[in-house]
Amino acid sequence: MTDFYAATRKGLFGLAFDRSHALCVTSTHFLGEPVTQVMCDPRDGAIYAALRLGHFGPKLHRSDDGGKSFAEIAAPAFPKSEDEKAPGVDTLWALAAGGKDAPGRLYCGTIPAGFFVSDDRGASWRHLAALDRVPGREKWFGGGYDHPGIHSLVVDQKDSAHVLIGVSCGGVWETHDVGQSWALRTNGLFASYMPPEQADDGATQDPHAIAACAAEPGHLWMQHHNGMFHSGDGAKTWRHLKDVPVSDFGFLVLAHPRDPKTAWFVPAVSDEKRYAVDGALCVTKTVDGAQHFSVKRAGLPQAHAYDLFYRHGGAVDATGTRLVIGSTTGGIFSSADGGETWRELPARLPPVYAMAYGGGR
Amino acid sequence: MARLHFASRLRHVAPPGTTHVSASTLREALDGVFAHHAALRSYVVDEQARLRKHVTIFVDGRRIDATELDIVIGADADIYVMQALSGG
Repeated sequence: MTDFYAATRKGLFGLAFDRSHALCVTSTHFLGEPVTQVMCDPRDGAIYAALRLGHFGPKLHRSDDGGKSFAEIAAPAFPKSEDEKAPGVDTLWALAAGGKDAPGRLYCGTIPAGFFVSDDRGASWRHLAALDRVPGREKWFGGGYDHPGIHSLVVDQKDSAHVLIGVSCGGVWETHDVGQSWALRTNGLFASYMPPEQADDGATQDPHAIAACAAEPGHLWMQHHNGMFHSGDGAKTWRHLKDVPVSDFGFLVLAHPRDPKTAWFVPAVSDEKRYAVDGALCVTKTVDGAQHFSVKRAGLPQAHAYDLFYRHGGAVDATGTRLVIGSTTGGIFSSADGGETWRELPARLPPVYAMAYGGGR
Repeated sequence: MARLHFASRLRHVAPPGTTHVSASTLREALDGVFAHHAALRSYVVDEQARLRKHVTIFVDGRRIDATELDIVIGADADIYVMQALSGG
């Protein structure tokens, strides 16, 4: 049984809680290989692992037996072009499953920024080029990487053609037609890293990560380069969350799957430093729609801990009770009480790129 | 015929041992192998048919540049497709 997966610089790790609510490593896969993303499809139990082989490029694998074995499937790729500067996929950065209305539907976001869809569980992929022609596309730029990339894919589980994406750095975009057309959804965001007259330019916003409440997907949480934001209207408007404790900089945000007023953030020193504030780890949590945030430190290291948590470096189960976060220094921390208290996994994992809920299968 | 040897890391997608292909350029030689081992292609070149950055190819002992995939090769060229020391 696996409760969560950790995709790391050196492999994929299965994790499960024991009877004492302690997290344990239960399986290893792709040891030595960089695994940039992992996604468990709740519709059929398939597990998708995205690799970025140091020499041989991005690859995608799927397990149909609960993680016992993986087989390579097609990886998203840009169309062949005669242009010598045509993009090639560097990293499979985001994976998401469609809803029950679209069996086999998967979405993938890449670096350089490409939006891909599959309708056959990853046997084949289509590149949706309309995103390359949206207004302001020429202004997009890489944030932390050489090229802009798509990191967040929020799929409407009742209408799989409806997807909200986050681009670093290229704003937030919404499609209702499987990527044939797009609308910018950055109202309320601002970019202090741009000249003042361009701070409101939607096409250069850097949303580090976007998370939606699964039960009420119109409620969205965002960790942005310049702060934390909430939307209660499906990204039509974003509200800047002010006076938050510790720091409003970071990458990781988790939304409660059932309660639209609950979310977790992991703060870090902004923004050129990027480590835990005061070398002490904490998680900030709101349960009232961001009216108030409390700081959770119980069980987390409070001295000489410099862990940074990437934007995909955490996951929450289907009830909002069990959470895991994994850091760039290989620390794995778990909570079995909704993030109130935490325990450190007694293992030294490779740097964590991404975590996913495994469904307890 | 050209003789192609692939790094052991590629054994799950490459032909076992040495494979022989009739080709006049390096790209033709590679395509000749890819025709029978389709999964190998994306490990050696990207979707734009460019040599991957951290893959190294030697032709008759000379390391070729990524822009030289179309070079003419001898009828009995010895070709090694290897992983670079970078990229690990």
